[in-house]
Amino acid sequence: MTTALEMKKLSLAFGGLKAVTDFSMALPPRGLYGLIGPNGAGKTTVFNLLTGVYVPDVGSVELVGQRIDGKKPSQIARAGMARTFQNIRLFGELSVIDNVRTAAGVRTKSGWARTLLRTPLFVAEERALDERCHELLEIMGITHRQEEQAKSLPYGDQRRLEIARALATEPKVLLLDEPVAGMNTQEKKEMRGLIQKLREQFGVAILLIEHDMGLVMDICEQITVIDHGVTIAVGSPKDIQSDAAVIEAYLGVPDERDTPQPKGSA
Amino acid sequence: MKGLQERVAALRPALAPAVGKSLLPFAVAVLLAFVMDKIIGPGVGATWSKILLDVGIAILLAGSLNVINGYAGQFSIGHAGFMLVGGYAAAWLTFYGSVHWFGTKEPVGGFLGNGQLLFLAGCMLAGVIASVFGLVVGLPTLRLRGDYLAIVTLGFGEIVRVLGQITARQPKNVAAIKERTMWDLANNLGGAEGFSQVPGYTTLFFVYLFAFVLLVLVYRLKYSSQGRALLAVRENEIAAEAMGVDTTRVKVVAFVFGAFFAGIGGSLYAHQVGALDPKELGFMKSIDLVIIVVIGGMGSITGVVLGAAILVILPEVFRQFADYRMIAYALALILVMILRPQGIMGVKELWETSLWRRLVAKVKR
Repeated sequence: MTTALEMKKLSLAFGGLKAVTDFSMALPPRGLYGLIGPNGAGKTTVFNLLTGVYVPDVGSVELVGQRIDGKKPSQIARAGMARTFQNIRLFGELSVIDNVRTAAGVRTKSGWARTLLRTPLFVAEERALDERCHELLEIMGITHRQEEQAKSLPYGDQRRLEIARALATEPKVLLLDEPVAGMNTQEKKEMRGLIQKLREQFGVAILLIEHDMGLVMDICEQITVIDHGVTIAVGSPKDIQSDAAVIEAYLGVPDERDTPQPKGSA
Repeated sequence: MKGLQERVAALRPALAPAVGKSLLPFAVAVLLAFVMDKIIGPGVGATWSKILLDVGIAILLAGSLNVINGYAGQFSIGHAGFMLVGGYAAAWLTFYGSVHWFGTKEPVGGFLGNGQLLFLAGCMLAGVIASVFGLVVGLPTLRLRGDYLAIVTLGFGEIVRVLGQITARQPKNVAAIKERTMWDLANNLGGAEGFSQVPGYTTLFFVYLFAFVLLVLVYRLKYSSQGRALLAVRENEIAAEAMGVDTTRVKVVAFVFGAFFAGIGGSLYAHQVGALDPKELGFMKSIDLVIIVVIGGMGSITGVVLGAAILVILPEVFRQFADYRMIAYALALILVMILRPQGIMGVKELWETSLWRRLVAKVKR
């Protein structure tokens, strides 16, 4: 079976700072894997390497058997990788539905000429776009807000919209960067159900960064833990919970003087 | 869930009505331009039809700038440069072409006669040459943002103006012109004196033909995937790129499209004024156009039309204040910026405002 996403020995340094060292992972189709680590461990940097924001110094990334490292972010998105952002990056002035339409638009074939002449293909594509985007909003439960400006949405709905927008690009792999950050218990519960539903409904493989351990341990099949850019543990949620290195990274080593060990900030 | 392309086949519209819908707005544009020229123009008298001409040209220029500044969010303050390039290209073709092919410097032929066809060809040439310059200006935008981009576009406008001022002088004698080939005359654009005696082909028909066509096109652009890609670049470039929008390509295309219509606007301007003075189409002209877009509402089509109308008509209305005219004009601008910092329409279109919806509801009732 081919993997949906395969990373081999990814490394990236900013000057002397080794942000990510030898990061490897193989995400199977429809897999749901987690990536955790303390603040500043390099989780988001891994996402940025995968989506082409940064180019790895060493290593390779394959998306469904196709090399994507070194390509532009837009090319990688077209190849089938979509992401959400930890610090939400919606198209604020645009309406909710237009945010999703914009992303779905990458699968259209009409260029400027067809657009300006409104040829039958263009009309058909815009109709398909509309149909699909409405279904997406329905699934994410934000249909009632479709005409509102994205920036005016409450926080939880903005996160939902980010996921809807990512799914609109028809990805094979979905990268979620802290999807439940800042949510209350009820919202978290809904989001958990949603993430599991997405996998079946869209057939995507999901890689999840999350600080909410309850969520990660509950839904992920495999978890990778990194600290200071180095992978310190890989395994099932159960293994991770009892892993000595993980406990050390999160809680520090018991110290005789009993002073807390501050870790680097995010 | 079914992907986009899997759905397309089932949603294809019937061919005949689709073609009709595609072409109808252009037919309406021609019709409206005709109405402007034959009914409204003569109806309002000479002074106001001259003002209407200016409004139409301003709509064309600001409407095209709106695609660059308003949709794509690339702050350009060199739009007059495209205008000047286009004006030169068209004036060269119609002035020297008239002499070569019609043997006179005066306009020839009636409605859509040989002279006007030459003028239309001049407008197209103006658009094409200006969009080549648009491509050249668009390329640095890949690396620059905000103020830095503004400085580059400002520099472009000034370069074009200075290049215009150092072209060779313009021969005005019919016999002298006939001795030389068209190609040979390509550098004889009048230099610092400007290109004069441009045949006065610009009529309300042509101005509003191009203006309405532009409006149809920018409307179609705004409500399409290509247009939303532009807006996405304006809103958040990183997110746009992550959603598969090729931001570099999008920005360059916006410049090419905007420059094309600015070139046509320059051609209409030259054939209306009868002369093309590079000093007139410098930085201040670019700023005037930016003001129209900002006052009207960045990214709003109806906003820009309103802005163009207001900013052309206001100075005329204030004419009675004589010396204080520009002060009154400036005060009006300041008032708008205080009361409506996002412009008259903001990012909305007229039909998206609550006032309009209420009106429609009332009419329906």
